[in-house]
Amino acid sequence: MAETVKATRKRKPGRPPKAAAGATAANDLPARDDLVAMYRDMLLIRRFEEKAGQLYGMGQIGGFCHLYIGQEAVVVGLQSVSKPGDTVVTSYRDHGHMLACGMDADGVMAELTGREGGYSRGKGGSMHMFSREKNFFGGHGIVGAQVPIGCGLAFSHKYRDEANVCLTYLGDGAVNQGQVYESFNMAALWDLPVLFVIENNQYGMGTAVTRAAAGRSLADRGAAYGIPGRQVDGMDVLAVRTAGAEALDHCRSGKGPYILEMKTYRYRGHSMSDPAKYRTREEVDAMRKQHDPIDQLRDVLHKQDVTDDTLKGIDADVKAIVLRATEFAQTSPEPDPSELFTDILLPVGGRTAAGEV
Amino acid sequence: MAIEILMPALSPTMEEGTLAKWLVDEGAEVRSGDVIAEIETDKATMEVEALDDGTIGRLLVAAGTEGVKVNVPIAVLLEEGEAAGAVPAPAAAASGEAPVAGAAPAAEAAVAAPPVVAMAETVTAEPVATGAMAEITVREALRDAMAEEMRSDDRVFVMGEEVAEYQGAYKVTQGLLAEFGDRRVIDTPITEQGFAGLGVGAAFGDLRPVIEFMTFNFAMQAIDQIINSAAKTLYMSGGQMGCPIVFRGPNGAASRVAAQHSQCYASWYAHCPGLKVVSPWSAADAKGLLKAAIRDPNPVIFLENEVMYGQSFDVPTDDDWVVPIGRANIVREGSDVTITAFSIMVGRALEAADKLAEQGISAEVIDLRTIRPLDTETIVNSVKKTSRLITCEEGFPFAGVGSEIAMQVMEQAFDWLDAPVARVTGKDVPMPYAANLESMALPQIDDIVATALATCEGFRGA
Ligand SMILES: Cc1ncc(C[n+]2csc(CCOP(=O)(O)OP(=O)(O)O)c2C)c(N)n1
Ligand SMILES: [Mg+2]
Repeated sequence: MAETVKATRKRKPGRPPKAAAGATAANDLPARDDLVAMYRDMLLIRRFEEKAGQLYGMGQIGGFCHLYIGQEAVVVGLQSVSKPGDTVVTSYRDHGHMLACGMDADGVMAELTGREGGYSRGKGGSMHMFSREKNFFGGHGIVGAQVPIGCGLAFSHKYRDEANVCLTYLGDGAVNQGQVYESFNMAALWDLPVLFVIENNQYGMGTAVTRAAAGRSLADRGAAYGIPGRQVDGMDVLAVRTAGAEALDHCRSGKGPYILEMKTYRYRGHSMSDPAKYRTREEVDAMRKQHDPIDQLRDVLHKQDVTDDTLKGIDADVKAIVLRATEFAQTSPEPDPSELFTDILLPVGGRTAAGEV
Repeated sequence: MAIEILMPALSPTMEEGTLAKWLVDEGAEVRSGDVIAEIETDKATMEVEALDDGTIGRLLVAAGTEGVKVNVPIAVLLEEGEAAGAVPAPAAAASGEAPVAGAAPAAEAAVAAPPVVAMAETVTAEPVATGAMAEITVREALRDAMAEEMRSDDRVFVMGEEVAEYQGAYKVTQGLLAEFGDRRVIDTPITEQGFAGLGVGAAFGDLRPVIEFMTFNFAMQAIDQIINSAAKTLYMSGGQMGCPIVFRGPNGAASRVAAQHSQCYASWYAHCPGLKVVSPWSAADAKGLLKAAIRDPNPVIFLENEVMYGQSFDVPTDDDWVVPIGRANIVREGSDVTITAFSIMVGRALEAADKLAEQGISAEVIDLRTIRPLDTETIVNSVKKTSRLITCEEGFPFAGVGSEIAMQVMEQAFDWLDAPVARVTGKDVPMPYAANLESMALPQIDDIVATALATCEGFRGA
C-alpha cells in the first residue's frame, strides 16, 4: 500500500481529498482503545480551539491566534504512531500539536491569555510554546524556519545514535520557501531521520495552493532529492495513522527523510481577523459536512459498537478539561513585571535549559 | 446553564461593529461552528459562528443595530434540556456600557528602573597565564580552541562550507577532519540559511554546534535563523529553550574584494538581546574567547578577521586557557585620551598610540574583545582617568558600535568628559574596489592620530 504517489493531477482547492493512499481496510483497524483515544484527542483539540476562538472574541487573547479546527486528524493520527523520544516542531498553528504531544491544556490556554501559568510564562503567546519534557520544540512564527530546525533535531538524534525521528510540520504556503529545499537537500544527503509533514490545508492565508505552488503535487517536492513522498487523505485519521506508521518506520530504519502531504482543510480563517473572501461558504460547509475527521471517526466507533454513552462520557471529559483550562487561563496572574528582564541569556557555568552543564 | 453569546472582537483593535444579519431564528438548533450571524466593521464583513451545540434561546440585539460594543451579549444559547423561560431578559442595550476587552495591565509601579540595555551577567575573572607560552598565529589559536573543546566534549561539532576536506576556506579548521572524522567535522552544501537553522535545531537537541560561515557577509542569508530562532527562543519559551551555538567566521574588510565581501557586522548583531558578540584581536584572546564561546550556554557570534589570521602572538599552551566573554582589556595604559577598538583596529590603535606618544600625548588603548555584553565599566573607568574618548571600528558610522559607546559614556560619565566623544569609522559608503578608494574608505592609523589630536586640542596648550 505504501506506494509513492507519482503524477497526481492538481486539484482545485476545496475539492474533497481522495481517500487514496493509506486508506485502512476494516480488518486492520487499530485496537478499540486506540480508536477511542484518537477520538478523544481530536475532540479535545476541537473544543479547545473553539474556546480559544471565543476567548479571542472576548478580548482575552491578543495578537495572532491561528486555529487548527478541521485539521485535527493530521497531528492526532501521526502522534498516535510516534515513539517515546521522537521530537516535534511546527509553525505558529501549533495548539493542536501541543495537545497531541501531551502538553497540558491549562498551560497552553494560559499562554494564549498571556499569563504566568502559560508554557512560556506568558512571554511567547499563541505562536511560541515549547516543552522539553514532551519533546515539543515549538511554535515558530517565521514561515518555513522550523524546517531546518527540524533537520537539526533529526541530526542530533542521528549524532547520538538514537532510534528517533523528528516530525517536522509545515504548511502548503511554507513549502515554497527556499530554506525548505535547503533542508530537503541536507536531510537526503545525510539520511537524517526527519518526517516532513506538509499540512496542505489548501490555503496560505488567502492564497489558494493552486495560485502559489507550481508542479503536480506537494508530495513530489522532494523528488529531486530522492525523498519519497506520498499524498494522504488528512481528514481521515486512520489513513493518516497508517501512512504515518510506514513513513516513520522508513525514517527510523536509517533510510533518511520522508514526505507526507496531508490533504486537509481549515474551517476557520487564517487567524482571527480573516474575512474569508477567498473561498465560499459552500466550500467550507461541504468539507465540514462530508469530511469532518471527528464525524468520520465517530461513525467508525459506532460500527465498532462503542456506545453513545461512552461517547457522551468523552464529550463531558473533554468539556471539563477545556473548562478547567479556561478558568486557569483567566485566573492565573499576569507575569510578574520582573519577568521582563529574565530568560534573555542563561548564566555561564550554570545548568543549560536541557539540564546539563 | 444558558450560555451568553457575546459580540466578538475580530481583531485586537475592534471596539464595536454592526450586527448586520441574523442567520438563525430563536428556537433554532445549532452546532458548534455553524454560522449564526454576520457582523460588519469598517474593514470587513465577518461571520459569527456558534461556539457550542444548543438551541438559540433568544436574540438580544436586533439585526441592523449599529455600534454594538465588543463583549455585549447578543444572543443566548440553551443547552440540551433547558427551557427558553430560563433566559433572563436582556439587560444591556446594544449601545450600553460594554465590559472592557482584555485584562487591565498590571500596575507597573513594582518595576525598578530597568536598565536601558539588559545585559546583566556576572563575568568571571580574567585568567592569568602562568604556564608555558608558544608563539602561534590567530588561525592556529582558533583551530586549537575548537580541537581542545571537541576532545573534552563529544557534543561539540564543526559544520560549514569547506571546513572538512578542504581544511577550511581560510584553513582555520586545518587537521580537524583527520582527528575527529566526518561525524563531527562536516562539509555542508552552500546553504547558509539551511545549515544555520540546522545548527539551531541541533543546539535545541542538546548538541554544541560550531557553525562556520565562510565569511559573515554570507551570514546575511542566515540572519533570520540567528536572530529569530537562536537569539529569541530562550525568551519566548520562558527559559526552556537555550541555544548553545557558536556562529564564527571572518568579518569586516578583507582586501580588494569590493562591497559584497567587505563589511563589519558587529553592530548588527550587537543590537540584539539574546546574543553575545565577540571579536578578538590577539591570538591568546582568540583562543580563550572561542573556548568560552563554545562552553557558553547561549548563542555567540564570533567575529574573526581574515587579515589577522596569519598574525602571531604569544599564547598560553594550557588546555584550560579560557577568556571570559564580557571583559575588555586595557592593552596599553595612558592618561590623556582613551581609544577603544576591537579586532584588527586594535593593532591600528596601538600604532596610533605610538605616534601620539611622539607628540607628547599618552593614549590608553582598550581592546573591547566583547561587543555584547559591552564592558562599559572598563571604558567608563578609563574615561574618568583620561576625560577624552575616541572609538574605532571598521564598520559604518551610522548606528555603529561607536555610537553606542558614546551614548553609554554620556549616560555614565558625562561629567568627566572634557571633549566630545569622537568616532573613527569606515566611511559611509559601500566598500570600493580601487586600491586608493578602498584605503580611503577604511579607518587608517593616521585617521586615529588626527582624531586624537583634534580631541586633545586645547588640552595640550592648557
Ligand atoms: C517569512 C514569513 N513570511 C510571511 C509571513 C506571514 N504569514 C504568516 S502565516 C502565512 C501563510 C502560511 O501558510 P501555510 O504555510 O499554508 O500555513 P497555514 O497558515 O495554512 O497553516 C503568512 C504569509 C511569515 N510569518 N513569515
Ligand atoms: Mg496552508
